[in-house]
Amino acid sequence: MGNSIEVKDLTLNFGSVSVLKNMNLDVAEGEFVVLLGPSGCGKSTLLNCLAGLLDITDGQIWIKGKNVTWAEPSDRGIGMVFQSYALYPQMTVRGNLSFGLKNAKVPQAEIDKRIARAAEILQIQPLLDRKPAALSGGQRQRVAIGRALVRDVDVFLFDEPLSNLDAKLRSELRVEIKRLHNQLGNTMVYVTHDQIEALTLADRIAVMKGGVIQQLAAPLEIYNRPSNLFVAGFLGSPSMNFLKGRTVDNGRAFQFGATKIDLTGYEGGAVLERDDAILGVRPEHITVSTTPLAGPSIPAEVEIDENLGADSLLWLKAEGTNMSVRVPVEGRVPAGTKVHLGLDIPKASLFDAKTEQRI
Amino acid sequence: MSVASEADAIRTSSVAKPRPRWSRNVSSKIAAIPMILTALVVFLGGTIWTVVYSFTNSKLLPRANFVGFDQYERLWSQNRWLVSIENLLYYGVMSLVFTVVMGFILAVLMDQKIRFEDTFRTIMLYPFALSFIVTGLVWQWILNPEFGIQGVVRDLGWTSFTFDPLNNPDTVLFGLLIAGLWQGTGFVMCLMLAGLRGIDEDIWKAARVDGIPTWKTYVMVIIPMMRPVFITTLVIVASGIIRLYDLVVAMTSGGPGGNASQVPAMYVYDYMFQAQNLGQGFAASTMMLLSVLIVLIPWAYLEFGGKKHG
Amino acid sequence: MADLSMSSAMTGPRGAKPKKAMSPRNIMLYGILIVVCVYYLLPLWVMVMTSLKGMPEVRIGNIFAPPVEVTFQPWVKAWAEACTGLNCDGLSRGFWNSVLITVPSVIVSIAIASVNGYALINWKFKGSDIFFTILIFGSFIPYQIMLYPIVILLREAGIYGTLWGLIVVHTIFGMPILTLLFRNYFSSIPEELFKAARVDGAGFWGIYFRIMLPMSLPIFVVALILQVTGIWNDFLFGVVFTKPDLYPMTVQLNNIVNSVQGVKEYNVNMAATVLTGLVPLIVYFVSGKLFVRGIAAGAVKG
Repeated sequence: MGNSIEVKDLTLNFGSVSVLKNMNLDVAEGEFVVLLGPSGCGKSTLLNCLAGLLDITDGQIWIKGKNVTWAEPSDRGIGMVFQSYALYPQMTVRGNLSFGLKNAKVPQAEIDKRIARAAEILQIQPLLDRKPAALSGGQRQRVAIGRALVRDVDVFLFDEPLSNLDAKLRSELRVEIKRLHNQLGNTMVYVTHDQIEALTLADRIAVMKGGVIQQLAAPLEIYNRPSNLFVAGFLGSPSMNFLKGRTVDNGRAFQFGATKIDLTGYEGGAVLERDDAILGVRPEHITVSTTPLAGPSIPAEVEIDENLGADSLLWLKAEGTNMSVRVPVEGRVPAGTKVHLGLDIPKASLFDAKTEQRI
Repeated sequence: MSVASEADAIRTSSVAKPRPRWSRNVSSKIAAIPMILTALVVFLGGTIWTVVYSFTNSKLLPRANFVGFDQYERLWSQNRWLVSIENLLYYGVMSLVFTVVMGFILAVLMDQKIRFEDTFRTIMLYPFALSFIVTGLVWQWILNPEFGIQGVVRDLGWTSFTFDPLNNPDTVLFGLLIAGLWQGTGFVMCLMLAGLRGIDEDIWKAARVDGIPTWKTYVMVIIPMMRPVFITTLVIVASGIIRLYDLVVAMTSGGPGGNASQVPAMYVYDYMFQAQNLGQGFAASTMMLLSVLIVLIPWAYLEFGGKKHG
Repeated sequence: MADLSMSSAMTGPRGAKPKKAMSPRNIMLYGILIVVCVYYLLPLWVMVMTSLKGMPEVRIGNIFAPPVEVTFQPWVKAWAEACTGLNCDGLSRGFWNSVLITVPSVIVSIAIASVNGYALINWKFKGSDIFFTILIFGSFIPYQIMLYPIVILLREAGIYGTLWGLIVVHTIFGMPILTLLFRNYFSSIPEELFKAARVDGAGFWGIYFRIMLPMSLPIFVVALILQVTGIWNDFLFGVVFTKPDLYPMTVQLNNIVNSVQGVKEYNVNMAATVLTGLVPLIVYFVSGKLFVRGIAAGAVKG
């Protein structure tokens, strides 16, 4: 299968401000790619460029093997779903779904057929003759998805479609979008700042910052092997623990304060010696013990013990650094206790403190 | 129970007596007195007083000598009043249609992400900062048959060219209209532009993805969405038109030919303060009130009554 | 052309969509806007140019042409010598009357309306919304119907025909729009702030002067712009509620220009017109976007 979307050397400047920098992105046919990043990282801008709603400064955009760099949005073979739904308020749901088709002079019979199919898939048949004002937020967003659906296109673009919904509806619709993707097999590009949405929906996630894709990979890869400090810190809650130190013993160990941590098992190989390095360990990859551990362990003191119901979070201080550790509820330790921390080195990440890149 | 609550009451009253309702927030009530007086005495009371005295035969001074609808019968048999109403109707409809249509079109042009938007807006709106007197006098000068547009064109060689609206009873309203539009269209443009800017950007994006041409998006989507803005603008412009007075005084003083550009507000002023025939003035101003209510009540119904039904 | 279908090749359109600055659409767009601007600017141009010409040049020349010989004589005459009735001390009298009327009217009307808006938002009392509704409806009702009752009220109060009478009238008729303006602005200030101040023991005036006023300076400026232009431009109230020696500038201007006696001096008339329009124009050009905000406030429903 070929690529559904190809972005080549895309650059976008607003005046002297560079918003997207020489970006390349290939999305395979039927793939679900999530653009994830903090606000202002350029993710929505990139989506608008794909849709043709923004004119790019340099580069090319190909969709389904056609160069659409200069094409109108309606000629690109895309459907788009917006954060604010953007339904035409004075038209009924049916009117909203058919407006674009009528304008493209699609025969009425075909319009009816497509609306019936979209309504069935999204289960909005009873709403077809209502106006958007009479719909709930979740229903409106279904209709907005329906508007993309009836266009009968291969590529769907979602611009933070769930951000205006409350938490419960958001998770319901998230599952629904996933189901829709499985059912239709369309290519989908989905913009969000919500990492849960990204991790659950995506085949691949593109983490963006400052108009540059920091890492493009499958969700687990991004979570487990972040390519730089930003990606490591952006995903995960609470965030990854960063231990500042240096690599010693030809890179086979990591010196953190007074503790030397053996790096055996880290990415299966030795790393060079570096004066400034950061060891990143996720809260769930640390074990807590009240007795000294067999291997190298970090002495720490529990400051706060947070019970989250399913598990528990310990906030500790080790060698002057604040850390968090996720432990099972039965592993809770009261505040003030002196403990020893063991790190799961094969699952840890090592970064160069200067370049912030993974070593 | 009752003993305890009584004891409670005694205890609280010995600490701080609960103040009676009327004395709470005294200063806020004192501060609201000007507003209450204005609303009740001037706006409500004054209106009712004038309506009531329009049924009397007051001349120089208001007298409670009721004569039924006599003043109204006289009013509607006066040629001057009939001309005033007719003028207001013609001028009002033309002015309303032109200001709203032109204001909207200008707003649409301004909304095309143009350069120098601030400059264009500043130029289109400055007449609104000027008084009707200044507006009227400037246009009176430009429309001056001897030295104004007509004179200039004739000097260029078109000696038969005629453009003298202010001195021709048939066209004097157009003369007023040119000046009125000059003064007020920028204002309507600003209201419309604010309305256009208030529309969700995503609607435009959705329409582009749907492949709807821009003009069709305006007609089919944007104008219906701006219905409240249109209605509010119509009400503001219409209630201003009914009050039309200064502009006519400055441009034509009601002339030419005595009453070709008379308007109701002028009739009211003349009878109340010049001809010392208060009854006529009251009756005429009551008719003005009536015409405003005809505009206002459907609007209030649409704006506030319709909301309850969602 | 053949490899256009091959998506891997870097062919076909690339970079920014070519845009012609001189596209037919842009020519139309800017063409119309410029024509419109000419229509708007023409009167200002004519007014200023005429006022700088001598009468002989006005008679033979084109009103759109700039003066061959610039003279400020018409301005001097309009300001200091033009006659209305028996007075021949020019527009300066009207100017100072207007200043005398505008300054206290603006201060009093804004002071009262801002307190109204504040009371309506934070100190609601029984019926406060009814009074407000009457006020808003009152702003649409033709002034004419309330003129005579106000004459009676002012006469009873002994201030009919005086400066104070006119100040009261401007305060009354400025109240609806200004109260709406302040009410809408104050409603955007978080209520928690008001509650916190009450817990801290501040009363009605304390909160108004110490919390609301300092937080609302922009809206006071908007109200100031609205009132200065509105009161300066007033004609009807000036005619009805003052005597000739107190006539504001607009009334005097109209009397000078539209007087039937003597030879018409168009250049002096235009100089007088420019002079009268100068104050609101300066306010307008200095205030910029705040002016737009002020007039838009009238369209925002309550």
